Amino acid sequence: MMKNLMFAGVGGQGIVLVSKLVAQTALREGMFVRTAETIGMAQRGGSVASHVRIGDPTCSPLVPLGQADAVIGFEPGEAVRCLPYLVPGGVVVVSQRAIPPVTAALSRSDYDGSQMLDYLGSCGARLIVVDGAAICAEVGSPKVLNTALLGAAAAAGVLGLSLDQIEQTIRAIMPERFVSMNLTALRAGARYA
Amino acid sequence: MPDEFLMGNQAIALGAIHAGVGVVTGYPGTPSSEILETVAKRNPGSVYVEWSVNEKVALEVAAGASYAGARSMVTMKQVGLNVASDPLMSLAYVGVKGGMVVVVADDPGPISSQTEQDTRHFAAYAKLPVFDPSYPEEAYEMIGDAFDYSEKYGTPVIFRPTTRICHAYAPVRVNETARTITPSGFVKDPRWVIFPRLSYENHLKIEERLPQIGEDFSSYRFNTLTGAGRWGIATGGVSRAYVGEACSSLDATCRLLRVATPHPFPERLALEFLDGLDKVLVVEELDPVIERELVYLCGKHHLPVTILGKLSGHMPRAGENSVDAVSETIAAFLGMPAAPVAACAAAPEPPVRPPVLCAGCPHRASFLAVKLAMRGRKAVFAGDIGCYTLGNAKPPDMVDTCLCMGAGITVAQGLHRVEPDAVNFAFVGDSTFFHTGIPGVINALYNQTDIVLVVLDNATTAMTGHQPHPGIGTTMMNAVSEKIDIAGVLTALGVRHVETCDPLQLNEAQEAVERAVEAGGVSAVIFKSPCIAIAKPGPRYEVDRDRCNLCHTCIRQLGCPAITLVGGEVTIDASLCYGCSVCAAVCPTGAIRSVQ
Repeated sequence: MMKNLMFAGVGGQGIVLVSKLVAQTALREGMFVRTAETIGMAQRGGSVASHVRIGDPTCSPLVPLGQADAVIGFEPGEAVRCLPYLVPGGVVVVSQRAIPPVTAALSRSDYDGSQMLDYLGSCGARLIVVDGAAICAEVGSPKVLNTALLGAAAAAGVLGLSLDQIEQTIRAIMPERFVSMNLTALRAGARYA
Repeated sequence: MPDEFLMGNQAIALGAIHAGVGVVTGYPGTPSSEILETVAKRNPGSVYVEWSVNEKVALEVAAGASYAGARSMVTMKQVGLNVASDPLMSLAYVGVKGGMVVVVADDPGPISSQTEQDTRHFAAYAKLPVFDPSYPEEAYEMIGDAFDYSEKYGTPVIFRPTTRICHAYAPVRVNETARTITPSGFVKDPRWVIFPRLSYENHLKIEERLPQIGEDFSSYRFNTLTGAGRWGIATGGVSRAYVGEACSSLDATCRLLRVATPHPFPERLALEFLDGLDKVLVVEELDPVIERELVYLCGKHHLPVTILGKLSGHMPRAGENSVDAVSETIAAFLGMPAAPVAACAAAPEPPVRPPVLCAGCPHRASFLAVKLAMRGRKAVFAGDIGCYTLGNAKPPDMVDTCLCMGAGITVAQGLHRVEPDAVNFAFVGDSTFFHTGIPGVINALYNQTDIVLVVLDNATTAMTGHQPHPGIGTTMMNAVSEKIDIAGVLTALGVRHVETCDPLQLNEAQEAVERAVEAGGVSAVIFKSPCIAIAKPGPRYEVDRDRCNLCHTCIRQLGCPAITLVGGEVTIDASLCYGCSVCAAVCPTGAIRSVQ
């Protein structure tokens, strides 16, 4: 049974790291994993997406359209951009806070993501909106949005991996000084599921 | 032999270490950069590894090591091979002693490149064998095979992964032992000196050898023939993975040829594949290389097989493949109903989000300083390859041309010969300056062409992931080296006006540009300020709502991703601001100030 996950956001939000966290957890549980990352020019504040595929060694690196069990969006508009990948009735975990692109300010448009969140709520997906900014403020670091969203996704049961399993991976692979803040964020995110 | 979760590039690096590589050289370029970085990081102590100043240099250093009997590897992206093509074409004639693998990463899409050129073609043009992996874990195995074939036939070989191999991760069974190879040393011999007579003789040998290698490749373990039926699919590279997934989701059966060595083509295996088939669909990215080979074989052997692919209009001519597109084409080819793709209801269009210069990037200030200095004057801004290519977007809208590495300096000269009344600027990054910038400066000096050279020195090779270069003072062997000073190089060449300044001091930067323009001839400003990824952020800035009159000058002049409109108010995102202070410098009402 394949599990397909899409992580979508803006370059610099820690997406590569979170897909690695999921992959390492799956590997520790004896599952096969492939991921594909956006690295290079698009990283500079552009749209980025990570494909994570768990289960079948013969799969290709990219998730096919309509086959992602979950889209984990680090930004409302980026979640919408990846929605064509979502299986009908799949789960969308999204950070509430919009990140307006430079083009929005230049065109004086007041992009705040609310239209995107409204659409995510009406498209037939199971939507989990996470107040990522609040969790980052609580933890005291803007760098934990990725683990917060992962916590929500794990608690919602869409990863095929439990919170405990992810927690073990965080303890195993993260540098000691980052472990406790990431565990706090992971649990805080889980409360939203 | 534990499984490691590796990026394709890391798998290639570890495979090469396992195969006993002794010398690794290269120049950074997406999607290839992590190969050499991984060799350096996982160096068992037996490998010499360097970032060379450019791909031509890298290939020549590796060739020398191979002459002396070491296994050598060179890494680059596809356009890097254009730079390295001079030594490569001749090296094909001269040959090698120690196995030599030229790793050239292609970029279908393209995702991070100037061209969609196909290195499989380059291999055929250079008369070299080429290996084309389909999965990261296979790349680990195949790179070792590439060294073996190189030594067996005394020829350099090309290894060509694509972005979706390079930047895809998979569990890879890593062999922890590395082969020990003691190089025999350089033996003086006329074979190492290329002369027309020798070239003629070697040309004949190459033409004799290529069909033999092709025959050898027909039994190569990664060239495979599977399935059955009167219809066939031929594929290679990452498309092999897409075809596999599409066929299994369609539950389709047909004959399948996977070509792992597109040149020299494994003809015997391909003929076995074609035998008895009615039609073939070729699924590959970039150019129709496998397709042309099959069309050629059908013609040569009078086979009544219809070959469909890019040439016949059945596959897209540009861009990368996907399971979805491949699946649809295969279903049509096999006369099956296409797998339904759940279509989402019409979604609102998310805002476009192209890559931009980072908040706090010193290039933004450099571009602005030049723009302000040239207000009302006729000026053309020739750009180059690096993060600063992003200066093309509005704002700053300061990159009028971009061709290839080093071409800003030289294109500016051509423009100036036609329109001498314009001020011709050439922007070049520090790493690009060393790569191919210097000959262009010499050309301008020698031919007395007025240009204003602006070196954007951010003390790293930023776009490709912060690799060191000759101006940094460190090497990939963890050694400290003498920093090569760009101002010193320019002065030594004879550039009379060379000024170095901090672009974040906007007024001074603007004045420096004005002085350089005034100086005439070949003049240079070196804007020195480190990339934000390697510098500590300063105190961040915020907008004083009482003083901000919403003129949007900061937004229009800078296009900084940290400055946004929230509920109509100009706001600086505290999590993005690096404290570069340039917005405070451009604010006409003094409404932007540092947070104390």
